[in-house]
Amino acid sequence: MTVTSSPTPRTGDDHEVVTSTSSSLTRVLGILSLIGAVGLAIMGLIVSPADKVQRDSVRLLYVHVPVVTWMYVAVLFCSVASAMWLRKRTDGWDALAVASAEIGAVLVGLGLISGMVWGRPTWGVYWVWDARLTSTAILFVMLLGYLALRRYPGDAEARSRMSAVLGLLLVPNAAIVHKSVDWWRGLHQGATVKRLDATIEGSMLTTLFLGFVVAGVVCAWLLVHRFRVAWLEGRSERHHLDAALADRRADADPSAGIAVGGPS
Amino acid sequence: MAPAVHPDAVELQGAVVLLDRFPALAGVDLDVARGEIVLLRGPNGAGKTTLLRACAGLARVVRGTARILGEDIATDPRAVRRRVGLLGHDEGLYADLTVVDNVRFWARAAGATDADADRALARCDLDGRLARVAAARLSAGQRRRTALAALIARRPELWLLDEPHAGLDRAGRDLVDALVQEAVSSGATVLFSSHELERAEALATRVVTLAGGLVRVPAAATAPDPAPSPATAVGDAG
Amino acid sequence: MLADARLVAAKDLRIELRSRVGLGQMVPFAILILVLFAFALDPDRGILNRATAGLYWVAVLFSGLLAVQRAFAVESAPGVREAIRLSGLDPAGYFLGKAAAVVVQLVVLEVVLGIGVVVLYQADLDGPLLLVATCMAATVGIAAAGTLYGVLAAGLAVRDTLVPLLLLPVLAPVLLGATRASEAALGNGVDDGWSWCGLLATFAVIYTILGMSFFGTLLEET
Repeated sequence: MTVTSSPTPRTGDDHEVVTSTSSSLTRVLGILSLIGAVGLAIMGLIVSPADKVQRDSVRLLYVHVPVVTWMYVAVLFCSVASAMWLRKRTDGWDALAVASAEIGAVLVGLGLISGMVWGRPTWGVYWVWDARLTSTAILFVMLLGYLALRRYPGDAEARSRMSAVLGLLLVPNAAIVHKSVDWWRGLHQGATVKRLDATIEGSMLTTLFLGFVVAGVVCAWLLVHRFRVAWLEGRSERHHLDAALADRRADADPSAGIAVGGPS
Repeated sequence: MAPAVHPDAVELQGAVVLLDRFPALAGVDLDVARGEIVLLRGPNGAGKTTLLRACAGLARVVRGTARILGEDIATDPRAVRRRVGLLGHDEGLYADLTVVDNVRFWARAAGATDADADRALARCDLDGRLARVAAARLSAGQRRRTALAALIARRPELWLLDEPHAGLDRAGRDLVDALVQEAVSSGATVLFSSHELERAEALATRVVTLAGGLVRVPAAATAPDPAPSPATAVGDAG
Repeated sequence: MLADARLVAAKDLRIELRSRVGLGQMVPFAILILVLFAFALDPDRGILNRATAGLYWVAVLFSGLLAVQRAFAVESAPGVREAIRLSGLDPAGYFLGKAAAVVVQLVVLEVVLGIGVVVLYQADLDGPLLLVATCMAATVGIAAAGTLYGVLAAGLAVRDTLVPLLLLPVLAPVLLGATRASEAALGNGVDDGWSWCGLLATFAVIYTILGMSFFGTLLEET
């Protein structure tokens, strides 16, 4: 991170003023993302052939499938980070949980939209109640609920604790929903649709693989930035405490006597 | 009696307690031995309520050390809760339950028996007509007395009373004083805050003044050395 | 722990008896939902008949939400939440007690609604054993998950809008399973009702364990 030093007016001691969350790591990731995105666009739109059945709409899958895959990864990250926070109670895990949840929510949204756009020409409709779509939609709402809880004002520790329990429950909940919806729709064979032709090969496979990689790099880049923002928010609360302590002591009525106690 | 019972009921050193982000206690030092009746006085906003809640393990100590009845509550605030009794501004009574049901519930929750609860009700003059009245329909003073009955039914080792005389009539205040004396004579320790200074000082064995989240020693009681100026008295703020 | 659970459940049910919110408000609300569905879905076209199980469980689900909200509204009297933390009650026992009280209220509601459905929608009951098992498993699941998420949001001012948002996606599988199993019990469904009942039971067990494990952590405010 980019850091400069400046004295705070209140306490008079130096503390680092962070001016940006970028670093050499994010610069590398960012450049890779840009190159990768351009490469993917070229491969996806121009180089790889249109599918026999789906024709050009298959090109959307080079984005859609990786997005959905990384979405599951993001939700997993959030759950694991929440569990680790409950074990260790350090800020880093809390920041990771909120960062991955936010990115996950964006990914779910993107996944649903890209899926719907793909679905229109392929199935003729924007939405079908098949297992995957339905459980993804529910997962979306769960993530939104998690993010809503995160906005809880007030005690930061209480907020972290409640969010951690909710975050931890994301994976089991999603699994239960997925299993039951799968079971439900699986018994009504008519609605299941094959998304991908089983025999993709050659440049289509390469493009898909590239899609995974690019999506992963972009997510990593987003995650690092968002994590740092969350982490800095936590740090600024702690700095605030020192300044507030000084204020509190200075405000006390000096005629009440000499203070006994103070910072140890 | 358990071996090596810790002699001090309360030991706080540099305790900092936050309310949201505000440091309600800014580094409190306080030692209370068992059997003492300590009065906490100070202006509004000094942190008296927060101090009492912290001693109950309800407000987390984020800096400094805090031992209550021998338990380190900075690391495990839950350890001491069953052994203390807090009478706060809010009575903690279920609105739809009667006086009897409330006191019995809280007594049983703490491991006491219905007989203990009934004894407490009788002691607080609540075993007559009032016993069957729903808590929502009691007057403020009656609710206070019910909360007091719930407290004594639990027989806590450390009593934490936040302005116990407030809202009570003369008889009620005499009751509080009597109960405090009885508790102490059976081994409990009492820490309470009050604005009723005359009555409170008569009851207390020691008076502690709190202001700005810190314990203050009254200027007149200091040693003959020249008193430091208020600026340095605030201490190193770093 | 079980003694604490019994104590808390008895307390909640006693409050319910005194205040009669469940009987006086929840049950009419649920019946109203059934009636409104009849308005929306035109009883003459046979939709109501085919959709009976689903509508019944939707009504139960929303009433369950009310029951959970009420369970925690009771605890939000001034000073009560702190008194609970101070009380020495085992958090797992407290969870079980609260969930048990919700189960009792919901079962009463389901019986009344069941009568309502038979009368209003002309449903006929084919497989009573499956129906009872389904109701029990689903109810325990709703109560356990509801109590866990209820306490999660309990201290918050936005509790009333947050609990539905958190709880309903989680209960979607319960709605699914209960409806499919009930349809089988009513002779309408194509699925194996007992498998769905098994899913409901698994959900109930999982959430009971989760609730017992996490309730203590969530009760702490600071």
